[in-house]
Amino acid sequence: MQQQNIRTWISSGAPWVWLNAAAVSTSILLVAGLLLLITARGMGHFWPAAVHEIVYHEADGSRTRLAAQVRDRERVKASRLVESGLQVEAGVETVERILLKTGNRDLGGQDFRWVLEPSVLQQLQPLSMAVLEREEWGAFFGRVVGLKQDSELLQSRDVWVDFQARLQRVADLREQIGDLQKSAIGSVNYRMERLRLEQRELELDGITEPAAYDSIEQRRQALDAEYRRLEDELLALNEVIRRDSVILQTSGGQEVELPLHTIIDAWQPNAMHLGQRLAHYFRKAWAFISEDPREANTEGGIYPAIFGTILMVLLMTVVVTPFGVVAGVYLKEYARQGLLTRTIRIAVNNLAGVPSIVYGVFGLGFFVYTLGGSIDRLFYEAALPSPTFGTGGLFWASLTLALLTLPVVIVSTEEGLARIPRSIREGSLALGATQWETLWRTVIPMASPGIMTGLILAVARAAGEVAPLMLVGVVKLAPALPLDGNYPFLHAERKFMHLGFHIYDVGFQSPNVEAARPLVYATALLLVLVILLLNMVAIHVRNGLREKYRGLET
Amino acid sequence: MNDSTQLNLENLAGPPSQQPAASMREATVRVKGLNLFYDEVQALKDIELDIPDRQVTAFIGPSGCGKSTLLRCFNRMNDLIDSCRTEGKIFIAGKNIQKKKVDVAELRRRVGMVFQKPNPFPKSVYENVAYGLRIQGINKRRVLDETVEWALRGAALWDEVKDRLQEPAFGLSGGQQQRLVIARAIAVQPQVILLDEPCSALDPISTLKVEELIHELKQQYTIIMVTHNMQQAARVSDRTAFMYLGEMIEYGDTDQVFTNPNEKRTEDYITGRYG
Repeated sequence: MQQQNIRTWISSGAPWVWLNAAAVSTSILLVAGLLLLITARGMGHFWPAAVHEIVYHEADGSRTRLAAQVRDRERVKASRLVESGLQVEAGVETVERILLKTGNRDLGGQDFRWVLEPSVLQQLQPLSMAVLEREEWGAFFGRVVGLKQDSELLQSRDVWVDFQARLQRVADLREQIGDLQKSAIGSVNYRMERLRLEQRELELDGITEPAAYDSIEQRRQALDAEYRRLEDELLALNEVIRRDSVILQTSGGQEVELPLHTIIDAWQPNAMHLGQRLAHYFRKAWAFISEDPREANTEGGIYPAIFGTILMVLLMTVVVTPFGVVAGVYLKEYARQGLLTRTIRIAVNNLAGVPSIVYGVFGLGFFVYTLGGSIDRLFYEAALPSPTFGTGGLFWASLTLALLTLPVVIVSTEEGLARIPRSIREGSLALGATQWETLWRTVIPMASPGIMTGLILAVARAAGEVAPLMLVGVVKLAPALPLDGNYPFLHAERKFMHLGFHIYDVGFQSPNVEAARPLVYATALLLVLVILLLNMVAIHVRNGLREKYRGLET
Repeated sequence: MNDSTQLNLENLAGPPSQQPAASMREATVRVKGLNLFYDEVQALKDIELDIPDRQVTAFIGPSGCGKSTLLRCFNRMNDLIDSCRTEGKIFIAGKNIQKKKVDVAELRRRVGMVFQKPNPFPKSVYENVAYGLRIQGINKRRVLDETVEWALRGAALWDEVKDRLQEPAFGLSGGQQQRLVIARAIAVQPQVILLDEPCSALDPISTLKVEELIHELKQQYTIIMVTHNMQQAARVSDRTAFMYLGEMIEYGDTDQVFTNPNEKRTEDYITGRYG
């Protein structure tokens, strides 16, 4: 009887439903868990965490007083600690230890240290404790005790307020300097370089009339003058920005004088109320996505990487769409369906399974060296031996990714075309339209939602791809964005930064991995968000098309 | 018949801007020794047929007898099927359309076709009717407006859709869609209109409207239709062809075929003994 019940239960299909449900829930849980993890770890980084002043005794019995942020806690077996030479009270099995971020790398030499919980004697959160974000050496924890202007100590009633005001002045000046360097001087340098190339071209063409060179010389002198003027301006600004400095006292009692222009931001986390903390949080999060990286990418923002990722994906879309659609249309509509077509189709499907690094190698060998090298010899001879297109760059990266995603677009185009009912084609042909007119005016527009689906998949794949890019143009730090105000505006030959590569670089190649880890999570989160954004746009477009050609199914 | 289906006969020849010469419109269809094969299977056997100008000719016969295949020969729609091969001659308005060098697109412009199921394009009502003209490169607003209205009036649809010309054609009812497709076919002013079971997907009222429309259209066009519905053939057509297993069994005036068939098989089919 029991067995009978089990048999009917199995034949009812219920176990399969349960299995499916379990598989779906597991997948969803995994994805949600991953997103939650990177969100929690990445978003926490910008929160102004409290700075504790901690007194503890070291293994040799001496006392240490330091300011630190608590980064992590964990329990370790007492035996393990004993083995490594630490003293642990007898009878205790596990001991909690705390990972402290101590900052002040320039003084102490290390950013992090583990402290055993039982050895902590005192733990306070003094309101006056400040966190300083610096251009180099990481964060500084300490109290602001004085301000200097031109090496003269200033009398001030509230040092913190004056400090903030002077910090603002420095920030404004820094922005001016940045503008000057990037826009004005960058533009002059760019024009100088073009002038040099122009002259080189004349030389290569064998032109010897001095008249041709005179005009170049004149323009060069004008640029030189402009450059000298800008340089003077820059020097003056650099002088002005160095006026102030701040005197800080560490928890250990040491007094340090820091020039103000090396300090980017300062705040007193222990004295902040919730509103201030939130404001601070969003300011830092915004800075992260809108600013350039500093300190070997371990600090500052990732704006160039976001920019590079999106621009590369857009370029890739522009390249892959026409090729993929044309190939799909030809295979489906024009090619005779025989052995050859079938073979090509299988080959295309297999291309989708080729490891992406192989595409990278191909891109480097064919696009960069062969094509790029030829382009350089033909059109950029003047710039040789330094390569223009003959080295990795945005264009070649986009092309390589376009190749990588081509199968997806071809296959989805074919599938989109296959779904168009025969009656629609016949209706058009019966009106005297040629096959091309039928395709162009009716079939392809109707298949466009299917084609868009392919593009969505292509975009998702391309935006997350890193391996091939490392060979064809991604760098850890690009000197300039591939899109700027200098003619011809889009510099597709430039190297660029990419979020995926940034994760790899910051997380595994940076000198201070532990300090950069939250940035890795934040960058990963941003990469996911960027892909999500690109996909949302594509899905929105597709739904619009679907709506337009609704009724096709009936 | 109400106003909407009443046709202005003077206008039937085309919108005022493009009245063709009367002599151009002589359109008889003559089939001589037509054989058609799908790979090795012969679907049409030695078809001989003379279809008169400006009359309705109906093809009847059981499913799979080849009547649709024959109909699709007249605008070379069978070219789309790779395995299909034809022998013999088909003359439309005196020209053999079976020749290789015939411009198929041009032929299909002269020989319009309406299919079993309405197949409007996913465009507006207006653009559906204007489609054939745009294909021919006619993009002048005035000509298009005029022709669209004329064709929709010709298909007895104008009054129903004149306020929603820019709306999607999928919003129309099945019967309206089928008349829209007919309007689309007559907008390019063909000489011959082929109807492949035009009412099989329609309700009785829509069927009646389309039948009335066929009656009107024959004043101006040679109409060849395939139908499963023998009452319809009897009601609408002037001449009827009965086909069976790829052969033309009997062809004659509708009255004669239905009341006094020469062939036993025709009689059997008409009286419902098979099919």
